[in-house]
Amino acid sequence: MAVGLSHYLTVSAILFTLGIFGIFLNRKNLIVILMSIELMLLAVNINFVAFSSFLGDLVGQIFTMIVLTVAAAEAAIGLAIVVVFYRARRSIAVEDINELKG
Amino acid sequence: MLGAEFVAMILVIVYVGAVAVLFLFVVMMLDINIAVIRQGFLKYMWAGLLVGGILLAELITVFAAWKMSDSAEMLRAAPAPDPNAMSNTEAIGQILYTDYVYLFQASGIILLVAMIGSIVLTHRTRTGVRKQVISEQNARRPIDTLEVVKVESGKGLQ
Repeated sequence: MAVGLSHYLTVSAILFTLGIFGIFLNRKNLIVILMSIELMLLAVNINFVAFSSFLGDLVGQIFTMIVLTVAAAEAAIGLAIVVVFYRARRSIAVEDINELKG
Repeated sequence: MLGAEFVAMILVIVYVGAVAVLFLFVVMMLDINIAVIRQGFLKYMWAGLLVGGILLAELITVFAAWKMSDSAEMLRAAPAPDPNAMSNTEAIGQILYTDYVYLFQASGIILLVAMIGSIVLTHRTRTGVRKQVISEQNARRPIDTLEVVKVESGKGLQ
């Protein structure tokens, strides 16, 4: 069976849905939410590379690298915030993060 | 491999080497009670299933119905060269450092800002650490610390 564009799109759609599902399912752990966001960005990357390859345009792969950079930066900053929050509150549960509520 | 081997390798290296290790370290650093996390799982499962299902249906509709325009081939910004003539890595390098050099520099700045930001966020000055301060030692004069007292005999110090 030849792997066509629709197979890549299916995998990416499933990954994206898993990311959304993870965010909605998990109301306790901040780290899992960060992982879900990474998963969604990865699904977008798969879409970019698949379309780039099947259209024969290299810009999609360039943009994949930009998205990858932003994802890595987001993971670093997000985890730093999680560590700082854990030091202050001894918990990373999402419902404990209500300090900013007006 | 879709002829995109450079991006494939970069994704593996960055995600396994950097992101997964980062997550692993943070998960190990914070001690989190798994049993507390598990509760409320069923409560939110239906909402999650509903939203996920709606989104999946939307994505299926979009991906099933799209069609490439005839003029799409003409609109390519950077047509991929023949894979036999030039490897994917070489082709990406030739446009990344010329046409997209500003994007490249901007992603470098993003990484730099992320690095500085996470260092500033997690850095803490410890109290109670006694460090040697050379300038203070050099600025110390005998007059500040020593006192010569003439003690009269039979009286002592008060």
